[in-house]
Amino acid sequence: MEAGAPASAPVGIAASLLEFAEQLRGEGVAIGTSELLDCFAALEQISWAGQQTFRAALASTLAKSQEDRRVFDLVFDRFFFRAVEAAAVREEVREGEDAASALDGESAEIDLEGLRAQIAQAMRDGDEGKLRDLARLAIAAFGRAQEGSGVIGVDVQRIRRALGLRTEPQPELPPEDPRRDGLPRDGLRRFEALLRRELERGQIERTQALPPSRPLNELDRALPSGPLQDLAAVHRVVAQLKRRLATQGHQNRGHQRRQHVDVRRTMRASLETGGVPVVIKYRPRRPRRPEIYVVCDVSTSVTSASVFFLSVMHALHDSFRKMRSFVFIERISEVTDVFARERNFKAVSEAIGRDAGVADISGYTDYGRVWSEFKALVEDDLHPRATVIVMGDARTNGRDPRDDLFAQIAARAGRTFWLNPEPRLYWNYWDSVIAAHERHCNAFECWTTRQLEDFAAALARPVDR
Amino acid sequence: MSALPDSVKDIADGLRRAGYLPGESTALVSYLATKLGKPVLVEGPAGVGKTELAKALASYLDRELVRLQCYEGLDEAKALYEWNYRKQLLRIQAEADGAGWSEVQDDIFGSEFLLERPLMRAIASKAPVVLLIDEIDKTDQEFEAMLLEVLSDFQITIPELGRVEASSHPVVLLTSNNSRELTEALKRRCLYLWLDYPALEHELEIVRLHAPELSETVARRLVEIVGMVRELDLKKPPSIAESIDWARALLLLGAQDIDAAMFRDTMSVIVKHRTDLDVVAERVGVKLTALPRS
Repeated sequence: MEAGAPASAPVGIAASLLEFAEQLRGEGVAIGTSELLDCFAALEQISWAGQQTFRAALASTLAKSQEDRRVFDLVFDRFFFRAVEAAAVREEVREGEDAASALDGESAEIDLEGLRAQIAQAMRDGDEGKLRDLARLAIAAFGRAQEGSGVIGVDVQRIRRALGLRTEPQPELPPEDPRRDGLPRDGLRRFEALLRRELERGQIERTQALPPSRPLNELDRALPSGPLQDLAAVHRVVAQLKRRLATQGHQNRGHQRRQHVDVRRTMRASLETGGVPVVIKYRPRRPRRPEIYVVCDVSTSVTSASVFFLSVMHALHDSFRKMRSFVFIERISEVTDVFARERNFKAVSEAIGRDAGVADISGYTDYGRVWSEFKALVEDDLHPRATVIVMGDARTNGRDPRDDLFAQIAARAGRTFWLNPEPRLYWNYWDSVIAAHERHCNAFECWTTRQLEDFAAALARPVDR
Repeated sequence: MSALPDSVKDIADGLRRAGYLPGESTALVSYLATKLGKPVLVEGPAGVGKTELAKALASYLDRELVRLQCYEGLDEAKALYEWNYRKQLLRIQAEADGAGWSEVQDDIFGSEFLLERPLMRAIASKAPVVLLIDEIDKTDQEFEAMLLEVLSDFQITIPELGRVEASSHPVVLLTSNNSRELTEALKRRCLYLWLDYPALEHELEIVRLHAPELSETVARRLVEIVGMVRELDLKKPPSIAESIDWARALLLLGAQDIDAAMFRDTMSVIVKHRTDLDVVAERVGVKLTALPRS
């Protein structure tokens, strides 16, 4: 048995489940003993015949937030797929010959057009089982026509292209073809996942060994900021942030050590009890509503992140009234008016692209110049209750970062935050000078939702002054 | 009072009879909740039937529904119990002459002077109930901590009276719109159910259930369009309740088909923001004329 495969001796379901929970913990899902006990209790109540039921029972007891659910789904698929394959290898179950020979006879007359139409139809109907069969059929058809590249991801894309499955409408096709209006995106994604799975299965069967298991790719769970990902996903994250910001600060109310008695409300309440002040009413402590200066990098090195950052700015504008926004590349430009005027995010980003005029000659970020201009712009307005938030990757393109100017700005403002869209691993490599700036501010890495939430918490935390 | 369900299918059928079409995991989790006696935390976007689920469960199990609507600043006096100060004062004044302090004190902290609030009522009720704690994310964290005793042991401790234990086992549902992270301690005690917008066929069934007179083709077209609208990036995507409203509106107008004109006239039923209206008119209205008639 190869390394990384589950234990070779047959293990009971309890041990398997514990191992599954262990893997979930490894991916950062908090599972306590009480959850596991619940899980076993739940499994006693249901029939295990259907995968869906089994999966739902596990999910309802183990993964208790939307994010955990996502990780759960990924780990569930991976774990049980591997468990099945390990068992198949151990028991030397092979379906390869039968299925392959059955298909061999067929593959000659596999009708590509028919296959395409069938796949598109199955996608529309959301028929998982059918789609899986079709995926196997497709692999059989193409695995023979051309030699597989050996890299699964490449093969998946090759098959998809060869089948002409696309999300955009294809008006040149005849009207009865289901692909004409474009295929649903999630259907296509599911089909690709099935292709991948079946290819993996074939590989395992050929080599008679499981590839070593990998932890989930961090990027699977990262912020949807890649250029390929859609804006709607970014907005969902930001909408959540918006709601969080709106309710921030309230939850700290009980922790105040000194509270002021609200005499007026106490007296009014005492009327209920004949003038005896039985219930003391306290003056609520308002959450901090700081004055905010946001400075956002919109250069090409942060292209994928800047859509996200702009929508964060948009969200902040909704939550904080005293706020000024700036964007910069080589020069800095104030865009507060744009945000105030336009309620629609799309219009905002268009207006910024058109009017801000932040690129000068080279189009590369020049922090030195930006700091000196920013300082000139806001120096007189900064005061100890102001908060400055910088969003950028701190890559200077070899120019002088002038962190001394930044230090002066930070010294005048009450708090200074830096949001860096790069993982901490890449900080200070190449031309990143975040360390020089980090001395003067709180730097956050910000490329997953959780990190963004950490930042939101820090931003709204009341400061005792 | 009907008995507890025997299988997942039982509860799915029961909820169906109560006018609620559960998804697979909804039925399963409801079943587990009744069997294991654990509270269920239901999360999901607004208007996917989180509260309806509680109502349907209550009607299926033939139990009273006790509802606690949460809001910011909700405290135990409004959720658990409160001493009836007025009555206590009256009692003291009535006894003012003669009676000794200790008798009066024993007297005024009896259950007679207790005002029961929803949680207390759910616990103390003789017949088992369904307890719905709606929008738990609107409350403060302290309130959550207070709930823990109720949720895990089904008991409430009143300093002056002692412990009140549940005489029957309530089914508890908590709903949340996910506007803030709930504490781990609370989640730990609950089963988790994520409700999302239903798949096309499922929603079609729901609409047909609530507007049975609407013709099949119109209903199908309706849910297809609602699905399309949800794909767009809107301030408030249409919920299931709005699909049903729209179906009823179309029924009232006697619509035979949803064409571009009909859509333009009635889309305010499902889209309720000025900016959203523009987006939807632009993106979906155009598609409608292009779509082949089904």
